Amino acid sequence: MNELLLGLADDELVIGWRDSEWTGIAPMLEEDVAFSSIAQNEIGHARAVYELLADDADALAFDRPLDEYRCAPLVELRLLDWAHTIARRWLYEEADRIRIEALMEDADPAVAGLAAKIDREEAYHRMHAELWHERLRDEPRFRDAVADLWPYALGVLPPDQREQLAARVSLEIPSNNVLLGKERGSHTDELAELWNEMTTVRRSAPAGAQW
Amino acid sequence: MAAVEVPRDEQAFLAYVQAGGQVEAGDRLPEDYRAKLIKFIEMHGNSELMGVLPEREWILRAPTLQRKLALTAKVQDEVGHAQLIYRVVEDLGKPREQCLADLVSGRSKFHNVFHYPTRTWGDVGVIAWLVDAAAIISQKALLKCSYAPYARIMKKICWEESFHILHGRDVVLAMVTGTPAQLELVQEALNRWWPPLMQFHGNPIPAGEDPMFLWRIKSQGNEEARQQFLEGYVPQIRELGLTVPDPKLRRRDDGVWEYTEPDWEELRYVVTGHGPMTEERLAFRRRFLEQEQWVRDAVLAA
Amino acid sequence: MGPGRGAGGVNEVWEVFRQERRGQPFEHAGSVVAPDAEFAETWAREQYGRRGESVALWLVPRDAIHAVEHWADEFDLKYRRVDGYSIKVRLKEARERAAAGPR
Repeated sequence: MNELLLGLADDELVIGWRDSEWTGIAPMLEEDVAFSSIAQNEIGHARAVYELLADDADALAFDRPLDEYRCAPLVELRLLDWAHTIARRWLYEEADRIRIEALMEDADPAVAGLAAKIDREEAYHRMHAELWHERLRDEPRFRDAVADLWPYALGVLPPDQREQLAARVSLEIPSNNVLLGKERGSHTDELAELWNEMTTVRRSAPAGAQW
Repeated sequence: MAAVEVPRDEQAFLAYVQAGGQVEAGDRLPEDYRAKLIKFIEMHGNSELMGVLPEREWILRAPTLQRKLALTAKVQDEVGHAQLIYRVVEDLGKPREQCLADLVSGRSKFHNVFHYPTRTWGDVGVIAWLVDAAAIISQKALLKCSYAPYARIMKKICWEESFHILHGRDVVLAMVTGTPAQLELVQEALNRWWPPLMQFHGNPIPAGEDPMFLWRIKSQGNEEARQQFLEGYVPQIRELGLTVPDPKLRRRDDGVWEYTEPDWEELRYVVTGHGPMTEERLAFRRRFLEQEQWVRDAVLAA
Repeated sequence: MGPGRGAGGVNEVWEVFRQERRGQPFEHAGSVVAPDAEFAETWAREQYGRRGESVALWLVPRDAIHAVEHWADEFDLKYRRVDGYSIKVRLKEARERAAAGPR
């Protein structure tokens, strides 16, 4: 199975799951509505990529054992404070853009086409993230959050794409030991907790049950 | 054509709205009308916002991608409704921050159904289908509200609620045609939700004694709404092989539904802040309201 | 707004007008509270367009709207309107005359 695509789908599924945790409790009602659209878009992207990879997107999304998920640690973190959530949105969209731009050049037209569609939708996510980034960039909470999450953001991309990301967000790449455990290939403890909650209803019925 | 002058005298104003007259935000409104209007509309906004909390947990647990998307969209609509509704209240003179402060401190109310726990995916279907159905009946009775700004937002709200009911019914249908255990989940959820559903439209105060009806804020009395709900939905529930947990429920020959009298004391007790989940949910909301105050300050810094 | 975007804006009510399909009038749909046009746009897009129900939006700060609500109505203005003209009787007479032939 295409590891790169599975990583993309798992990232989108998990960050969509995390972003949907803000439903009803975002700082302003207007933002709550807008943020929910972003979360839905991400789940939609995950679904579209899973559908490229398998006949049963739900089975692929939910029925794998934990160690077969290919998401990056960045998206697994539970970040129920706005500074960290927006910092993650901003960093993730920048990293994801690099990945998507590469996929838009893919030899497989189905992949390239889907990447282009995702990119067009994520243009709005980037607008949203940039809007908040501009507004919060001088807030110490936000700066601290970016510093916390930066190593994880680098972990979304393979080493040969990290310089590009660093240049785009004007941050320095730290030494390797800082990145340990934060790169794709590792999982946080939080993924297990998330996976348990995410699959609890599904696992309550036999495989193949309709919902 | 002469501009319609909204009468200033309270009796004349009453006659004006009872004849179908509508008023706008800038019109001079009798104090009693304005006060009742704000309280009614604010409670609606509070209910939309508090309704999010029981459903929110299930977004995270949705068993398919489709259900996850649909449930997120439904709950998003409810937040959107809260936004529309609080804007109306704000234009009547009560700022949103005050409404939210009154909500989380327990000073203002929200509908009974949102004070109860959700326990299973069966609840998700039953709530989206039947609670939203009960709500849309009330909401349709607001489409001709004498206060025009509220009537106007009800159009968008009713349009969006119609998807919710379809989604809820689809969730229920999938389960009642699934495994016996899934059918049982729905029946069990229905058993728990039926009493609050019967209380939802409020005690049967005659329309002629209901200030909301007299001022034409709503166009229907409580009992009329409840009868409409029973007439529309009991047959739909029964045709799925589900049992309505009220042995006294029956439709008379004259079309009126008889039922076990709901516990009105319990309703009063719950909506005054003593429901099983009231305190926990208000505390959750309070926590995030306080935690994210700095964001509102940062974004609105002059 | 002061120097640098971090200075923030003033919270305002932005009225939202939406166009359902190309060629249709823009109709008032509601309002969002936002500190500037960009937040107003980001938020109005979702509140009034997430189902593809609008092809365009106009966002206007409420203060920019100049409302007009009263007219003088002292004299009979029916001559300016369709309901000021009742042609039935004369039209009937004219048709009858024409049918009766040239004089």
